[in-house]
Amino acid sequence: MDFGFTTAAYVVAAVLFILSLGGLSGQESAKRAVWYGIAGMALAVVATLIGPGSGLWLLSAILIAGGGIIGWYVAKKVEMTEMPQLVAAMHSLVGLAAVFVGYNAHITMARIAGGAEPSGVFGDLVAHKSPVELGILSVELFLGVFIGAVTFTGSVIAYGKLAGKVSSKAEKLPGGHALNIAAAVISVLCLVWYMSTGGTFPLILMTIAALFIGYHLIMGIGGADMPVVVSMLNSYSGWAAAAIGFSLSNDLLIVVGALVGSSGAILSYIMCKAMNRSFISVILGGFGGTAGPAMEVEGEQKPIDVDGVAQALDEADSIIIVPGYGMAVAQAQQNVAELTRKLRAKGKEVRFAIHPVAGRLPGHMNVLLAEAKVPYDIVLEMDEINDDFPDTDVVIVIGSNDIVNPAAQEDPNSPIAGMPVLEVWKAKQVFVSKRGQGTGYSGIENPLFYKDNTRMYYGDAKSSIGDLLAKID
Amino acid sequence: MKIGTPKEVFEGEARVAMTPDSALQLQKLGHECLIESGAGTRAGFLDAAYEEAGVTVVDDAGALYAQADVVAKVRQPSEEEVKLLREGQTLISFLNPGGNAELLEDIKAQGTTAIAMEMVPRISRAQKMDALSSMANIAGYRAVIEAGNNFGRFFTGQITAAGKVPPAKVLVIGAGVAGLAAIGTSTSLGAITYAFDVRPEVAEQVESMGAEFVYLDFEEEQQDGAATGGYASVSSPEFREAQLAKFREIAPDIDIVITTALIPNREAPKLWLEDMIKSMKPGSVIVDLAAEKGGNAEGTVADEKVVTDNGVTIVGYTDFPSRMATQSSSLYATNIRHLMTDLTPEKDGVINHDMEDDVIRSATVTHDHEITFPPPPLKVQAIAAQKPKPKAPELTPEEKRAQEVAAFKKQTKTQVTLLAVMAVLILGVGLIAPSSFMQHFIVFVLSVFVGFQVIWGVAHSLHTPLMAVTNAISSIIILGALMQIGSGSWLVILLAALSVFMAGINIFGGFLVTRRMLAMFQKS
Repeated sequence: MDFGFTTAAYVVAAVLFILSLGGLSGQESAKRAVWYGIAGMALAVVATLIGPGSGLWLLSAILIAGGGIIGWYVAKKVEMTEMPQLVAAMHSLVGLAAVFVGYNAHITMARIAGGAEPSGVFGDLVAHKSPVELGILSVELFLGVFIGAVTFTGSVIAYGKLAGKVSSKAEKLPGGHALNIAAAVISVLCLVWYMSTGGTFPLILMTIAALFIGYHLIMGIGGADMPVVVSMLNSYSGWAAAAIGFSLSNDLLIVVGALVGSSGAILSYIMCKAMNRSFISVILGGFGGTAGPAMEVEGEQKPIDVDGVAQALDEADSIIIVPGYGMAVAQAQQNVAELTRKLRAKGKEVRFAIHPVAGRLPGHMNVLLAEAKVPYDIVLEMDEINDDFPDTDVVIVIGSNDIVNPAAQEDPNSPIAGMPVLEVWKAKQVFVSKRGQGTGYSGIENPLFYKDNTRMYYGDAKSSIGDLLAKID
Repeated sequence: MKIGTPKEVFEGEARVAMTPDSALQLQKLGHECLIESGAGTRAGFLDAAYEEAGVTVVDDAGALYAQADVVAKVRQPSEEEVKLLREGQTLISFLNPGGNAELLEDIKAQGTTAIAMEMVPRISRAQKMDALSSMANIAGYRAVIEAGNNFGRFFTGQITAAGKVPPAKVLVIGAGVAGLAAIGTSTSLGAITYAFDVRPEVAEQVESMGAEFVYLDFEEEQQDGAATGGYASVSSPEFREAQLAKFREIAPDIDIVITTALIPNREAPKLWLEDMIKSMKPGSVIVDLAAEKGGNAEGTVADEKVVTDNGVTIVGYTDFPSRMATQSSSLYATNIRHLMTDLTPEKDGVINHDMEDDVIRSATVTHDHEITFPPPPLKVQAIAAQKPKPKAPELTPEEKRAQEVAAFKKQTKTQVTLLAVMAVLILGVGLIAPSSFMQHFIVFVLSVFVGFQVIWGVAHSLHTPLMAVTNAISSIIILGALMQIGSGSWLVILLAALSVFMAGINIFGGFLVTRRMLAMFQKS
């Protein structure tokens, strides 16, 4: 069989995927970039269906259509605030699919080794391989299954944590990382065993070990690190696809898998850098060990009521809003956007300061604000806006905590020491919209709340900003 | 208890320790108030006003001392006044206990309890009775006014039809309470104000008042004012030299110098020397708030205004607060009233002289026929110790350049190492792996590389769409399932079908979500 056409289509698809990722460098080109991605995917699927995947093509088409309808429905229905868990859930599908495909490759290999007549394209492929190539093939599919299994359970747990169905605290079984290491060692032993016998049992044993690693690894990572975890799982699902691509000798799978894998890895790296933490310490879970007792915070949190905030906003010329996960939880973005519109209409300069790790997903806040139709040119990054705080009249912090914590700069013993933070306390006045006096997600005391120029505006973010809207006309 | 205030006998003293306002507040504590006739006249408080406030006006000092249980005054008592004190009486006044051992002996001999207002410690709780600060505040203000009075030009710069007026340049030496008040007054009059202090931690306060802090090029650890209760202490000879060199450098530019440098219980340090005065322009003014302790400027004569040969006026008045008697009396009377509040905790007119109380203990200099000066150290530190602030050293352009070069070299080194390691690894793989594998491997390595290059450029705000897109794209795994679904075994077909189905969900869900997200981004 000659698949020249398919190969050509794959080349085009690969180029389209690269353009798709590269196009995300700007808001406007990004809109085009998605279409590149869609076109690439369509081309790849169609080319495969009429080429090497033509067996049972009708069943395939029906299944794709069926899955597509579900995917369409879910994506239409999902709230923007639930985006992180949706992405995590979808990663798990890719992981599971990788496991299945890996198993299929194994079954086919075993059948042909057992003397069965090769059937289908993949069967032919396997039948023509030399023993060395078969050895490499088994390593590849083994890796694919391993990474796929880790991705699957890891994503399920990440989904559970993001959706609030699993405790977001960092939890480990007794034994901690020793268990992970043990499972990894078992997997390696299984690989050796599998290489020498080609039996199904070591593959299954390894799968169980990998599923456990995925589960336990992600359970041990605190909710605050979820952005890194999601992009890391994203990376894993790419590597799994690449490994499967090797075993199936499919270049497009390899190319796309590698693209996704490396992009996810870089994204994780960028985020870790934004939090000033090493990738390893995030993966190993929990915040790194602290060097001593944290600085004691003196003073008290001074509350303020809606009239006080409204008056201060009325008198202010420049305002910066710092949103955090609390805004997402309270679904306050619409009210925040409305507030922005009203204040801008009164001729005040309103801007947003976004910390790289605000929220539970990289760029989470940007998406929420965009959903609420906040123009993206007043939404600025930390580096762009940090120098402007001293000249700002009022800063409103909505549901963020660690990213505005001065302890990161002032207290070398703080668990977040050295993490770049938004220097909101340098503004003339800071209002913190917060549900209560608690320490929030990471459990770190925030001296910002005790500063002289800080006032606490307690209450659910959505209703407090709503109350504020009524006072500003 | 009866609280009495006599007329100040010190020559030229216009202040009074009780005002009608403070008397009203004292009466609320259950005390009776007495005042010597005419005591408040020079401060602008007439006998009639006192009477209206319920104060008994007594004709002469003798009668007042005889009746009063507490005598509150401003200046330390004269010999005659000490003789009028009696057993069990309390005297509240400025006493300068550090340099007045004899006076303390005399008061002790009379059996009087004496509270020295200058000994009120500088802790937050006692600020309301810190008369030194309230008087220094007035002195600082008045020093600028006095300087302006003797200065022939505007403070603020102006461009008028009749010509351009340069702004006056004011240097304030010593940024204590008086210094800060002087800075505030001077900047609000529009002068360009510089300030110097030996305690570097006050630089922030100075800058907050709108003046520029004059930094020395001095390596040595500068002193920390917190250790001495917020006051300056004696500095090292090297430091002094550096300081004088700086003053000498800026002296010709300065129009007005206000010196407020005082070290407790010492002669005032000489900071503005003869040669600096000589280098100043004619018409310049020096106001020496330390004149009482000998003055910071050379040539200061206490209580007098002198003009040097080169036309520099040196004002050495020591009675700045008294020159604003109404203001200073009302502040001082309020300080006294707060002290009385602490002395009568029950508000029942009974004085409870609690020697366990940090503030009262520190301020009391004679009690129960004993001299209780100097007081023991405070139980609480007056001011929290300054945390040393690490300061990034300023880099010279050469150093910066060198750093850049080093960074570049380091980057090159890591990159080359990385490339070398990768190349060796790939070659190693190539040695053992069959060529069919190597073909795919090259594709893989190149893709990883392309991925790295492409992703660095993605905008931060688009990271979530990026994740959604890569998620959608990662469902390319469907190709594997599609290739397998046609092979014979039912198990393979089942698993492959499941994979196709799941990947299908992912393709549509992923792209649709991404599109939804991107559609929301819009320009204003």
